Amino acid sequence: MKRSAFAGPYVAWMAMFTVAPLLFVVYFAFKGDSGFTLANIQKFLAPTYLNVLWRSLYLAVYCTAICLLIGYPAAYFLAGKDFSKNQALFVLILIPMWMNFLLRTYAMMSLLEDSGIINQLLKAMGLQPLAMIGTEGAVLTGMVYNFVPFMILPIYTSLKKMDERIIEAAEDLGADPYNVFRRVVLPLSVPGVVSGITMVFMPAVTTFAISRLLGSGNFWLFGDIIERQFLEANDWGFGSALSLVMMMLIIASIGLLNRIDPKKEGSGAW
Amino acid sequence: MRKFFRGTYLGLLLTFLYAPIVVMVVLSFNASKSRAKWGGFSLQWYEKLFRSGEIMHVLYMTILIALIATAVATILGTLAAIGIHAMKSRNANLIMSISYLPMTTPDIVTGVSLMLMFVFIKVPLGYGTMLLAHIAFDTPYVLFSVLPKLRSLNVNLYEAALDLGCPPMKAVNKVILPEIMPGVVTGALLAFTMSLDDFVISYFTSNTDRNLSMIIYAAARKGIEPTIYALSTLMFVAVLVLLLIVNKRSALENVS
Repeated sequence: MKRSAFAGPYVAWMAMFTVAPLLFVVYFAFKGDSGFTLANIQKFLAPTYLNVLWRSLYLAVYCTAICLLIGYPAAYFLAGKDFSKNQALFVLILIPMWMNFLLRTYAMMSLLEDSGIINQLLKAMGLQPLAMIGTEGAVLTGMVYNFVPFMILPIYTSLKKMDERIIEAAEDLGADPYNVFRRVVLPLSVPGVVSGITMVFMPAVTTFAISRLLGSGNFWLFGDIIERQFLEANDWGFGSALSLVMMMLIIASIGLLNRIDPKKEGSGAW
Repeated sequence: MRKFFRGTYLGLLLTFLYAPIVVMVVLSFNASKSRAKWGGFSLQWYEKLFRSGEIMHVLYMTILIALIATAVATILGTLAAIGIHAMKSRNANLIMSISYLPMTTPDIVTGVSLMLMFVFIKVPLGYGTMLLAHIAFDTPYVLFSVLPKLRSLNVNLYEAALDLGCPPMKAVNKVILPEIMPGVVTGALLAFTMSLDDFVISYFTSNTDRNLSMIIYAAARKGIEPTIYALSTLMFVAVLVLLLIVNKRSALENVS
């Protein structure tokens, strides 16, 4: 028996449970009552659905940008060599990442709800309660809360991998702290930033549970309309077409991100 | 000054990350069901949680599915890695790109694609289909944890064992497996965590047979349910203890 035969069961399994199901999606997306159809794709081009796509995109972009703004300084501080006890702090920041995301979202709900903790505090201080749950702001807060550790982790790793001597060399050559950061540290952390963006943007643009729980069903995201087609509307053709569009979106954004960091994570900066 | 700024920044971040969790833990001990007032310390929600036959059954099924999926995925993935490692690069590349598919496909698309197939070939949705789906998304994680270990292994050892008359399965057991064990364990742990934590794919590939995440989602859609706070608190403590142990162990390894 050749050694490569050991991969046989795996190949069969993947063909059956990964490749075949995706082919079913393609099949249903283009299957009309009588043969091939583009009707499902055309249906998606209606303003209602394009608006949903647009909302998903901008919420995901905002979420990614906010995570980057919050996460980069955090990763930078945590990776600093003179920061004592940073190992414990690092673990502390990563723990929420290991909690089920629905539990984290549920926890966020109890803060943001109309009778939630924040409004209780506002009332106690004699202020007007805020309507937070059911708004795009609440969904965005929930996304950032869920995904920010996924931004911190890869940036932290790429900063930690950096050779201290390069920074010292830049300093010896007369660079001020600003230039050391802009010309040395920042370019070297690009692989971490790129994988952080990937790890935040993907789940943000495809989520449906977070928007359903924190948006109270007031508005839909792309994931919500896919879920609806399969579990409520029973329109498999349209649901499949939407799934295809989502896959294309993800593939396109991965392609775009790979162009920023063509060498890819792991090959190192040198 | 710089240290002060750092401390404040990280402090604020930790507050943002932990405020919701702290609130949840506190409310799980609240005697009154309303969030508005503190009705005194009570363990009634924990009692209700452990008395709930449904939640206990779901917890049992979630762990059982994670264990079976991990076992199957570990065997499939490890064998696959050993096989792919010996392949010509063109075949290996093809299989590798297919293995990347479940990792780049959005969970919701993986979920609906499996659901479509199961319904189309008339397999009833339930714990069975959920298990099949879990094995499918778990296996690549094992594969990608094991492959790097194989790359740093001497290729000729296995051939030598065969030349000396060792049957292939035994050669894998005695020669390759001990060398790649750390990768296998990492892959198995990853697979177990992914399976335990999965919501989206389970949600689409099962219906009335629910796992823990599906129960939490259903409860969250209904509104306040303090037993879920109790459940969350217990799960948080479990994760905390687990991570502390892992951290302690790796710290010890660094010292020695």
